[in-house]
Amino acid sequence: MTEAVAVRDEQSAEQSRKPIVNDLSMVVATVNGTGSQTSNLALIRALFRMGIPVSGKNLFPSNIQGLPTWFTIRASVDGHTARRETTEVLVAMNETTFQEDLAGLASGGVCFYPMAWEQPRKRDDVTYYPMPVNELLKEQAPPRDLKDYVANMVYVGMVAQMMGIELDEIRGALDTHFGGREKPIELNMDMVEAAAGWARDNLTKEDPYLLKRDDQTQGLILVDGNTAAALGAVYGGVGFAAWYPITPASSLAEALQHYLDELRKEDGKSTYAVIQAEDELAAIGMTIGAGWGGVRAMTSTSGPGISLMSEFAGLAFIAEIPIVVWDIQRMGPSTGLPTRTSQGDLLFIRYLGHGDTENIMLLPGSVAECFEFGWRALDIAERMQTPVFVLSDLDLGMNLWMSDAFVYPDEPMDRGKVLSDDDLERIGEFARYKDVDGDGIPYRTLPGTNHPLGAWFARGTGHDERAVYSERPEDWTANMERLFRKLETAKDYLPLPVVDNSAGSDVGLISFGSTEPAIQEARLRLAEAGMAVDHLRLRAVPFQEPVRQFVKDHKRVYVVEMNTTGQMRQLLQIEMPAEAARIQGLTLNDGLPLTARWITEAVQQAEGG
Amino acid sequence: MATRTVNEIGLGKADYKGGPTTLCQGCGHNSISSQIMTACYELSLSPEEVIKLSGIGCSSKSPAYFLNRSHGFNSLHGRMPSIATGAVLANQNLKAIGVSGDGDTASIGMGQFVHIMRRNLPMVYIIENNGVYGLTKGQFSATADRGQSIKGQGTNPYMPIDLCMQALAANAGFIARSFAGDPKQVKELIKAALSFRGTAILDIISPCVTFNNRDESTKSFGWGKEHETPIHDVTYVPKREEIQVDYEPGEVTTVELHDGSRIVLRKLDHEYDPTDRMDALQLLEKSAVEGYLATGLIYLNTEQEPLTEAQQLVDEPLAALDESRLRPSADSLRQVMATFA
Repeated sequence: MTEAVAVRDEQSAEQSRKPIVNDLSMVVATVNGTGSQTSNLALIRALFRMGIPVSGKNLFPSNIQGLPTWFTIRASVDGHTARRETTEVLVAMNETTFQEDLAGLASGGVCFYPMAWEQPRKRDDVTYYPMPVNELLKEQAPPRDLKDYVANMVYVGMVAQMMGIELDEIRGALDTHFGGREKPIELNMDMVEAAAGWARDNLTKEDPYLLKRDDQTQGLILVDGNTAAALGAVYGGVGFAAWYPITPASSLAEALQHYLDELRKEDGKSTYAVIQAEDELAAIGMTIGAGWGGVRAMTSTSGPGISLMSEFAGLAFIAEIPIVVWDIQRMGPSTGLPTRTSQGDLLFIRYLGHGDTENIMLLPGSVAECFEFGWRALDIAERMQTPVFVLSDLDLGMNLWMSDAFVYPDEPMDRGKVLSDDDLERIGEFARYKDVDGDGIPYRTLPGTNHPLGAWFARGTGHDERAVYSERPEDWTANMERLFRKLETAKDYLPLPVVDNSAGSDVGLISFGSTEPAIQEARLRLAEAGMAVDHLRLRAVPFQEPVRQFVKDHKRVYVVEMNTTGQMRQLLQIEMPAEAARIQGLTLNDGLPLTARWITEAVQQAEGG
Repeated sequence: MATRTVNEIGLGKADYKGGPTTLCQGCGHNSISSQIMTACYELSLSPEEVIKLSGIGCSSKSPAYFLNRSHGFNSLHGRMPSIATGAVLANQNLKAIGVSGDGDTASIGMGQFVHIMRRNLPMVYIIENNGVYGLTKGQFSATADRGQSIKGQGTNPYMPIDLCMQALAANAGFIARSFAGDPKQVKELIKAALSFRGTAILDIISPCVTFNNRDESTKSFGWGKEHETPIHDVTYVPKREEIQVDYEPGEVTTVELHDGSRIVLRKLDHEYDPTDRMDALQLLEKSAVEGYLATGLIYLNTEQEPLTEAQQLVDEPLAALDESRLRPSADSLRQVMATFA
């Protein structure tokens, strides 16, 4: 075997003597389609199992095979999980991006690279650890078709040995990944152990970065938002889902199918139906048909799918059909950047549908909320008899997040105002769109209701209280007034914002969705710089009273969001014209999750600091 | 006072009525609506177990004019099949009758039309085919004759789409063509379609008396009356009834449907086997080339699995399931979460 080639930068020797424990960002640079996902997940899960707060973000191309991919793992003793600009550890597995990847490494950082590469290692302020990938492959001789996968286990073993990851926890992570199947676990573990052994025998630890067992992940789970959303829907009693493949939403529907198959069979028969539709128009159409038919119905998509769904959204709004639509946002307009995250569909969805359409939006800010809104959205949709849009994004939906365990629904299902045969018999009359209770929410009956009074004709055309086509001006205006009265009522059923006024500051931050970890980290940084700021995290639109109050209570309000035009700022200004001048936007829309550093600096700059 | 005539479930014809039609006087669609009502009455279907669905257009307005006691959905242009898919899966006990037109199906709705047949959703899918967009005042549709002229629209330079041919290509198991001017055949085919377990396509030439009823149009009453050539005489026999008429041996073919009812096809001029795809293809091609309106049950395949069975649903309608069957236990959630580490 080759002798150790740990090249060291003498200049950074002094600073690196003090170990830096559980506080680093690691980037694994690979070529997509080479099976690195198993390795990356093994690393992040192993850290999590060691009790170290961790987060993982996959920066991948819209491509099947052959383009650069970067998987980022952040370990943070302080529990921060947002993306960080700096990288301290690079696992270089993509020769074409090596110089660029190396240039992005922090001074004093660490670089693992395949020994066979003839790439110049230009940085002399970096610790290099060579990896004998080819030699270990020859020695381990995995089956030819699994060679690429097993090759990636070399860096898992090397990183484990040099950074301090326990091999038992790598094994545990692989056990989770392969669902306990012995053969692949052993095959991969053999390589991990061989690589770790080689590193132990041939390399000397010369960098300061260390990973050490901690106890901060007890009782927590590590999961992506799309899986969480799907599970939420399963526990929300979803009965029908239709979808069309699209990045980054496909994994939601696939998880839904998986967990429905696992959890909702009775003697092999299904209490649900899932259809992969021919396009997003059909997906939402089927969802509306099922919602009308009386099952809890949902679809999931991303921006381009939402565009196609707009006509049907208007139909569901005016015909008052309960459906749930998950939008896992990606960069738009148009095809945009299919594998990059954004919060750019707010304005579009809020008013999706021609004419006077206004839609309810839920804004989960964590994987736990993806689970919670997964079931709650179905309650809200049936209670309000209208489409409920849940806006996640690629970062929240597809990346792994640490989370408290999901809380089992603490309320029975709210099926809303549905009249049965017996109800109709007792009441003796039925008008589908009559505001009987004064809250704007009418009563509905389901197809199959066995009573001569039960039928009504759902339609996108203008109608009177009995759902009969009407062109009478007063029927139209009365119906619209009721619909908007209904949306007022909806505020009582939507999740309230999360408000933290503990700073007592003149400045208030407003944010929503996946930026939450970066926002909280930025608030700590701002506080350390003597600029503590209050914060409100929106969880639903239309806005409820606490939002209005928060804006009124602060002299300057900054809305932090990942889009170019400040869409949430605009929505707030539309609904609070008197306060509009005090609401400003801090926006960045470059496809990457926001970082605490950017937010901190943006607030400081806006405040003239 | 005369006693009210009722069917086997005690309902009179009036119980199957709809609202007053707003279509033109003499419109073929009204005639089809009548046959839908009569078929449901004669079959003793409870109106409450029927759902009626449509897209947009003159034809799609017509579900408001029959079966007022049935739930209905007048949806979006060309999108009725998707609404039907969700609704039938929500409650598989319901009988779905969809009414569409040639604009709604052959143009904007072609995608959903093909895919509903591919999935074999159990429903009756009627196309009221008149070769013209009536509600927007007379534009050519995709089934209009090539070379046909319509006032204000000029001459149509394109080949027409044959919806039965499309249905055959998409593997529909029940494909019929009829003519609004032949109400008896329309009624028998609707009854048979309602007993079919899968997507039943009825392409019914239904003349537009306002925009496309000149005798040279293949979608006119005049042309239809002159050129209709039934491929057989169709009689639907419910499962409870005996076949009444005695036929000569070899004169009739009887096909049994899944609910035990039968379609009796009496031979006319030529031998025709509706279970043979090649015969169906040849008939469609021949009638188009030779310029006649071949009507009847063009193709039948009772062997294909409908979507509701492919989904392996529980016996009760999904819409009837309560929380105890829809929300898994708290313990199961703990077990799932144990895999998230």
